[in-house]
Amino acid sequence: MSDLSAALALPVSSQQSVVTEKKPIRWLAISIALVFLLLFLVLPLVVVFVEAFRRGLEGFLAAFQEADALAAIRLTMTVAAIAVPLNVVFGLMASWAIAKFEFKGKSLLITLIDLPFSVSPVVSGLIYLLLFGAQGLFGPWLMAHGIKIAFALPGIVLATIFVTFPFVARQLIPLMQEQGTAEEEAALTLGASGWRTFLKVTLPNIKWGLLYGVLLCNARAMGEFGAVSVVSGHIRGLTNTIPLHVEILYNEYNFVAAFAVSSLLAGLALVTLALKSFLEWRHGADLASGTHR
Amino acid sequence: MASASYLRLKQASVLPGFGVTLGYTLLYLGLLVLLPLGALVVKASGIGITGIAATATDPRVAAALETSFSISLLAAGVASLFGLLIAWVLTRYDFPGRKLLDAIVDLPFALPTAVAGIALAALYAPNGWVGSLLEPLGLKVAYTPLGIFVALVFIGLPFTVRTVQPLITEIENELEEASSTLGATRWRTLWSVLLPPLLPGVLTGFALAFARAVGEYGSVIFIAGNLPYVSEIAPLLIVIKLSEYDYTGATVIATIMLAISFSVLLLINLIQAWSRKRFGYV
Repeated sequence: MSDLSAALALPVSSQQSVVTEKKPIRWLAISIALVFLLLFLVLPLVVVFVEAFRRGLEGFLAAFQEADALAAIRLTMTVAAIAVPLNVVFGLMASWAIAKFEFKGKSLLITLIDLPFSVSPVVSGLIYLLLFGAQGLFGPWLMAHGIKIAFALPGIVLATIFVTFPFVARQLIPLMQEQGTAEEEAALTLGASGWRTFLKVTLPNIKWGLLYGVLLCNARAMGEFGAVSVVSGHIRGLTNTIPLHVEILYNEYNFVAAFAVSSLLAGLALVTLALKSFLEWRHGADLASGTHR
Repeated sequence: MASASYLRLKQASVLPGFGVTLGYTLLYLGLLVLLPLGALVVKASGIGITGIAATATDPRVAAALETSFSISLLAAGVASLFGLLIAWVLTRYDFPGRKLLDAIVDLPFALPTAVAGIALAALYAPNGWVGSLLEPLGLKVAYTPLGIFVALVFIGLPFTVRTVQPLITEIENELEEASSTLGATRWRTLWSVLLPPLLPGVLTGFALAFARAVGEYGSVIFIAGNLPYVSEIAPLLIVIKLSEYDYTGATVIATIMLAISFSVLLLINLIQAWSRKRFGYV
């Protein structure tokens, strides 16, 4: 799927009748697609903001004056600030090893890196409880030493790392594979150190793909619900992230506040999508990857 | 001495850092992904086949698994059909707002599932914008299995669009021109010339959407109604079992779900291997 960006340069529509459908059929197809996207994607997004402002700006802002909401926002930022950089370092390491070298077992390694994508979020939380929960493998030992992982910040961070694990690596591996090793080899031959080669040659080549991977990773880290829900223990003001706080508000029929807090995450999603579109438009060739095009 | 065996595993290269980066990758992967998944395997094997069978045949568990799998299949199917149409429209036709729509297809990737869940519930509730239109028709979406279906189509759609879209851009116009010159109607060209090479993409998208749907939790629970035996999904039952401290029950359901996810993953790889052989690309 690597030469897709080149293929994208083809003209989108051609007016010749042999290579397209008749006009009424085209408009019918466009209408069906529009209605479907409206019902399933556009309206859900719009409803978040409309419901958030149902009682005006005051009602919206009131949701953020609650101590629990602020605690949830702080916790979500903390979790993302730990989980995302760790996955970025891993993504860079993994893509260097996988894309720049030929070794046995490479495709197995790539499959294993992708594994967390095919695990249900709830199961992702469960496996950490099986390790660190009171009944878990290391539970008794942790308890004896007074270390709290499950139902505390470390558990939330671990579950978040798990669900966002492949994002950066997946983005970088195809990109770095495509770029090959010639430029790095030239830099090394000219006497640059390995570290300098990475910083001055490799990094500038992958920066847009890296940024995109970080964005996706961050959006998912801040919005993760199922996995975090299982390991957090739902302690208000202590282990509730933004999505968990949304759930509590919604279940208490405090809809305006639920949607107001949700609109933060919806806004983040919109920024992520906008940046993605911008990067694709501006640096399309440097983003080509196997995940999204 | 060590480097001799090292070389057989890895081709020579002047680039540095292979040992460090691969070592770190394996360590990080092992500690954060393989070890926790191993804990599930250990726990499941401790329960044993008979124990797993006993939980799996519990009526409530069986009903939840059936609900999850049947609705996921249906939703992935519908998402694949519309995904194909949407991918076609977005790549082949030009109309105002096309770029914007193309960008919004990724929304389910970026929007947190809990937010999607409450938004869909508000939209499709009897007093919601869409729900109030469907109510007079006797269609209840929110708090019924149909609600689960709506949420799972939402979640699956980007997978089905994005796996087919690149294949559509790759179609060479010469194929269509040749087909038309040889006297085929447009429908015949679409059906016999253009559709077959898209099939691997459609199947991969279907499998990805299905795998994601089976495990989906956040966007479903708010709209599902969560009635045991009717609209209770398997991931929710895991959460319920955990809240009752029934780690064994939760592990069994998780193991069954994981086994099926991995089979789907294998199936995707087989489809792609077959398509490489048949069409020369994925």
